[in-house]
Amino acid sequence: MSGGPLRTLLAREHAAGRVDRRDFLRLSTLLAGGALLAGCNARGPAEVRSLLRAVGRGNERIERWLFDPDRRDDGDPGRRVAGARFPSYFVSRTVPIWDPAMRGEWRLTVDGAVHRPFSLSLAELQRMARIRQRVNHYCVEGWNATAIFTGVPVHALARLAGLRPDAAYVDFRSFDAGYHESWDLDSALHAQTLIVVAKEDRALSPAYGAPARVHAPVKLGYKNTKYLTHVTFGTAPTGGWWSDRGYEWYGGT
Amino acid sequence: MSAPRPPAVGPRHPVVVRLTHWISAIALTVMAASGLRIFNAHPSFGRPGDPPFPLWPFEGTPIPVSFTLGAWLGGARHWHFAMMWLLVANAVVYLAHLARHGRWRTVVPRHGDWRDALAMARFYLRLRHDHPAQGKHNALQKQAYTAMLLCGAVLVLTGLAIWKPVTLGALTALFGGYTWARWWHFAAMLALGVLVTGHVLMVLVVDPYALRAMTTGGYDESRWSPVARNARPFQHWLPRRRPQDGAPTAPAAPLDPPTVVAP
Repeated sequence: MSGGPLRTLLAREHAAGRVDRRDFLRLSTLLAGGALLAGCNARGPAEVRSLLRAVGRGNERIERWLFDPDRRDDGDPGRRVAGARFPSYFVSRTVPIWDPAMRGEWRLTVDGAVHRPFSLSLAELQRMARIRQRVNHYCVEGWNATAIFTGVPVHALARLAGLRPDAAYVDFRSFDAGYHESWDLDSALHAQTLIVVAKEDRALSPAYGAPARVHAPVKLGYKNTKYLTHVTFGTAPTGGWWSDRGYEWYGGT
Repeated sequence: MSAPRPPAVGPRHPVVVRLTHWISAIALTVMAASGLRIFNAHPSFGRPGDPPFPLWPFEGTPIPVSFTLGAWLGGARHWHFAMMWLLVANAVVYLAHLARHGRWRTVVPRHGDWRDALAMARFYLRLRHDHPAQGKHNALQKQAYTAMLLCGAVLVLTGLAIWKPVTLGALTALFGGYTWARWWHFAAMLALGVLVTGHVLMVLVVDPYALRAMTTGGYDESRWSPVARNARPFQHWLPRRRPQDGAPTAPAAPLDPPTVVAP
């Protein structure tokens, strides 16, 4: 429904005295309402979008204040594990697979705002003290699913590398077409934030982010980088694949 | 049959009620439309790996795009998480208003209101001739408005539960976990949508003067109130009855509202 031509017609009728003032106001209101409804599927005007962004920044402050490192997710006991029905997802055209013939041995690099940057082979990563946890995965789309993930807590890697005092963020980077997501340090150091190497006690398959991925119930799914290669601590947030495409950067649960 | 009441002093609704009413109308519309767009990203309640969800027959069917706002999931989330603050701030102002001087009594049903609600229903069904006496609102209205407030409370609580299912995990568990909290959020939205639709229809077909009372506050109780007009649904849309076939006790409406969209 378009208000424009009808409104012009209405104004002409009003000027000619065929529509009285009250009818004019009444019908104008209806037309304006119709125009508003018609605009509903759009993203909205630019001013509104910048207002929404400003409120989003306020929300982030509230969410970071609300965050409690002691709150855990233990995957709703009684809920079944999704197993092979756990949705799989990546941004490359085909399933990203690390090819050692092309790229050499896969290693996980821990660097950035740390005193002792290092890198680990998959075997070394698997030898570290691991946690096995039954947790929910919360997707931004609105579904959730339970999985059993085994992996090394990010806080263990941070301790090994020795965080510099100015480290406040961390970027999880991948070999999946540049996919990455940066996190606030509090969420990254949560006890349930893992560098996952196994799902349901079997080594991660390529569909689920092999050889290693980030997983934490405290962040929405898109924050959990799969096909991980780098854990880079930093002093400022460095965006992310989805955060740069319009989902909120914080994405906390 | 009620005796004519003394002319009302001041507007029927104080300005804070009129303002919060229309802010609610806008904010709830935006919340519902953006919420439906968020729902469309995964228009199901069943979890991957679980049996089909029993309470939603349209699993997998998205809401038609024309009922949605935000253009895509991310855009709709920005609308939803911004408008929620206006809605909550507005609700706080309104509830504070209700709490002062016991004004909630005009909205919340009393113990004996079931009988009055039955009387109203009988009146609307033409099983009773006279409009039952009432306070500011009739008993059916009070039940509907209170149900709307309860829906709002459920919406806010379940909204928090699915916004922060880990940080506010206790709240999420209270609603039966994430999936059920999401379902209650959706169901409360549907219930509120039904109540609001009924509310708007009743304004149009029973008391179009309420539209003015809720906008400018202007209201002539002795001439326009449903009690004074003995107003049943659609009555003012029907041709006015001639005296000979009219009911002797029903006071005729002194003014018929001219159109549906009475000011």
